[in-house]
Order: sequence, then structure tokens, then C-alpha cells
Amino acid sequence: MTKQITVPFGPQHPVLPEPLHLDLVLEDEKVVDVIPTIGYVHRGLEKLVEKREYTEYVFIAERICGICSFIHSQTYVQGIEQIMGLEIPERAEYLRTIWGEYSRLHSHLLWLGLFADSMGFESVFMNAWRLREHILDDLESTTGGRVIQGVCKVGGVRKDVAPEKLDEMLKGLKNLEHELNELNNVFLFDQSMKHRLKGIGKLSSEDAYQLGAVGPTARGSGLAIDIRETGYGAFGKINFRPVVEHGGDSYARCAVRAKEMFTSIDIIEQCIKKIPDGPVDMKVTGAPDGEYFSRTEQPRGEVIHYIKGNGKKNLVRHRVRTPTFTNIPPLVTLLKGCELADVPVIVLSIDPCIGCAER
Amino acid sequence: MTYLAKSPWIIHYDASSCNGCDIEILACLTPMYDVERFGIINTGNPKHADIFVVTGSINEANREVIQNIYNQMPDPKVVVAVGICACSGGVFRECYNVAGGIDKLIPVDVYVPGCAARPESIIDGIVTALGILEEKRTKNVHSPQVTDNGRAEHPKRHAKGGAE
Repeated sequence: MTKQITVPFGPQHPVLPEPLHLDLVLEDEKVVDVIPTIGYVHRGLEKLVEKREYTEYVFIAERICGICSFIHSQTYVQGIEQIMGLEIPERAEYLRTIWGEYSRLHSHLLWLGLFADSMGFESVFMNAWRLREHILDDLESTTGGRVIQGVCKVGGVRKDVAPEKLDEMLKGLKNLEHELNELNNVFLFDQSMKHRLKGIGKLSSEDAYQLGAVGPTARGSGLAIDIRETGYGAFGKINFRPVVEHGGDSYARCAVRAKEMFTSIDIIEQCIKKIPDGPVDMKVTGAPDGEYFSRTEQPRGEVIHYIKGNGKKNLVRHRVRTPTFTNIPPLVTLLKGCELADVPVIVLSIDPCIGCAER
Repeated sequence: MTYLAKSPWIIHYDASSCNGCDIEILACLTPMYDVERFGIINTGNPKHADIFVVTGSINEANREVIQNIYNQMPDPKVVVAVGICACSGGVFRECYNVAGGIDKLIPVDVYVPGCAARPESIIDGIVTALGILEEKRTKNVHSPQVTDNGRAEHPKRHAKGGAE
């Protein structure tokens, strides 16, 4: 038998912008076992509900993660609104959907860049982040923030978007679609890309289901799990189909995200065409009494916020189950049996977001 | 400062940030802001780095990592705390696993405000750090080796109301 050695990967590692620690047990170059350690960015913010009023806590919920920030705040306020039985104005629902999809676009482009960087494809990294700046510009001009928007509130949204701006956004998306097409053609159909991704890190659909994979990780293995189909926000009035690939390897997960960007653009365009006039917020009195599981689809998969209130200004319990947390068991399965040199690519193929996972 | 005599390399570590500041630091390196034109490169190796950029605040798991990175960097070195969490703990200062700003563990030279810090202010912070770096170089300043002697008494340094 070959001698086993353990190699630490992280927490401070060039390909990871965030700290994740993996102990890789190797036999020669082959990974035979993986022991993940998390907790480097744990803050314990769920307990802050006892100190902050439920309306103030939106800002904390948004700061669970800086990439999926808007969708976290949306999930949280959605839960509160369900408990309190609030029917928020339709325009607010549409605006939330638009900003949610913009977040997905910026998150996927961010991932595309980091992923390309992890395999040494520097020009795709630069180009993906250049395109991402257009998205951030639109987010900033409509909400006031680049990565942390702070625009969601219980009972609606804080800012309205003028019709002229919406038209401008449509034009911007058209350009973006064109440039994305070029980028994707380079990225997905490049010979060496295919060589490095096809068949690497395979996850069968049974494994994906058994291990609780969510988001693009599950959809890359042929499972059509997309919480947007439940119709939260304005998704009930929008036509779209979740992107599903059947390969189960790193290439399939990349393809899912690449194609999802076009779905997001399509959803935003439909929203802008259908958005009704009217107010964007409503007056909210009282406090939530009851409990609710609020679910939405983040760029990385399904997120669940459990919210429990007792009729006072402070909630009793807030608990978050984030997509990256549930994607860690599939990641461990993916890494077993791979080559050491493929570890960074496989880790980034599930798009880990440690800020979310550890909170 | 009108020109740079050296190409400063930075090392970035996410202490317990929400990612917001981290992705803005990465955004500084990309075509829109492009600090690489000044010769600034993000390196993964502490031994290669001149500037230590930290986001987020200190907690129990990462204090050793921050200390290790700081001690391994060669002199002269400058520490930049990016974002309000790295400066003081920010919105999370009352969380049970947040011990406060980076300056409770290692000496900080530049504080960059913001939640999340904007790329412009991060670049401004790094440029300020360059001046301090040159000054330390000419004066031949030796940075102290940091040891975590506060660890034994850490429960007192946490905010009240944490996990019992």
C-alpha cells in the first residue's frame, strides 16, 4: 500500500478569496479522503435578533453575505411579511425580482472570473469582471449600493426606479447579452477548457439527491430543483425554465451557470415589460407573531430562513440554512478520487460562499 | 506622492467578513480600477508581500491565522484594515464570536471605512499605505513579532450576551 500523507488546503490559499480549510489525505497524487473544517468566518449573527428590532435586522440579514446580499434581505423580509400577513404592492415585488436577478448575474460573473482564474485563464477573469462592473453600475444607480444594497424593507422596497431608467437598463442588458455570448463561446467551447473540466469531479444524480445538493450543483447533475418555480416575488407571472445539464461533472456545472445568466437576462426583460405602476411600499405596524420557513433561490441554490416571533419587536429565533453549507457533503464526495492538481477547480465548481455558510 | 519606487505586493485575508469588502478588493484588480498598472499584485504568499490587507474582524478561529501571516511577512510591512468590520467590528460588534477590530491583535497602519468599502476608498487606503511603507523603509523600522497573549483572557474581550 502507498503511504498516506495529509496536505492542508487553506484557510489562506491563493485560489480562495475566503477561508475554507480542507485536509486532503493523499496516496501519491490521488485524493483518497477529505476532511473539511469550517468556522473561520463564523460571527454568530443569528443571535443578534435578540438585540435588534425585526425591522433593523434586515440590514444584518443582508450582511450574511456580500455576494448574495440582496436575496438574503429579500428572503428575510418575505418571511416577516408572511407571518404578518402583509400583501405588499405589486411594483415592489417586481422590483425585488429585478434586483434579485441582477444579483444572480453579478454573482455568476464573479464566479466565472474566479473559476477561470483558478485554472490560469487570466483573460476570462478580467473580462468577466469587466462585464460585472456594468451590472454593479446599474445596481448602484438604482439602489445606491454596489454590493450591499440596503434597499429591501418590511412592506416593500425603499427606492422606486423611473421608467426611463428601466428602458436604459433594457438597452444595457442587450449589450451585455451580446458580450456574454462571446465570452461563453470562448469559455465553454475551448479545447483545453473541455479537457480540464469534462469528467472531472463527477456527481451522479442519485448522489446529488442523497447528499442534498442544491442550486447549480444539483442542476448540473440532472436534478431540476429551482425554488424560483414556487413563484415567490413576481416569478409566478414570469415564464422561465430552470437550466438543467446531465453531465454531472465540472463542465456541466459551468454550463448551468453560463446558461443561467441568459435566463436571468430574460427574466429581467420580462419583468421590465410587465412591471405595473403604483406605490413601492406600505405602512407596517405591529410585530410578527408566529413562525415561517422562507425559501428563495440564490445564485448558489436554495436558501431557507426560519423566522420565529412572539409579537414583540425582537424576534425569538432566526436560523439560516445556506446553499454552500448543504453543498459541502457533495463537495467531499466530488473530491474523493481526484488528482491533487484538480482540487482548486473542483472546489470552485460548486461556487463556495463561505461567508454564507458560516454566518 | 507622485511616483512609486517599488512595486508593492499585497496579501489579502478574509478574517470574518461578509465577502462584500473581499469582492471589492478583487474588483480593484480588474479592468475597471486596475491597480495592477501601478505594479500592485495580489499574492498568496506572505513571504512575498509588503502590504497585508485584512477584511472582517477577529474571531476565535482566525486569530492564529492572522498572526501567522503577519509574523511571516518580511519588514518593512504595512497593515490595511478594509471595511468597518476590520476597523471596529461594525454591525457585528455585538456578536458572540466577534472580538473586535484587527488592531486588537496586530498593529494597523491604515483604516479604510465603508460597508462595504468602495473600490475607490480601498485604492486610496492602499496608496496611503505605500507612503507609510516608504517611510518605514527609509527609517528601517522593525515590526514586532506578534504573540497572542490576549488569548488566555479572551472571554472578557467579547461582547456581553454571547453563547453561554
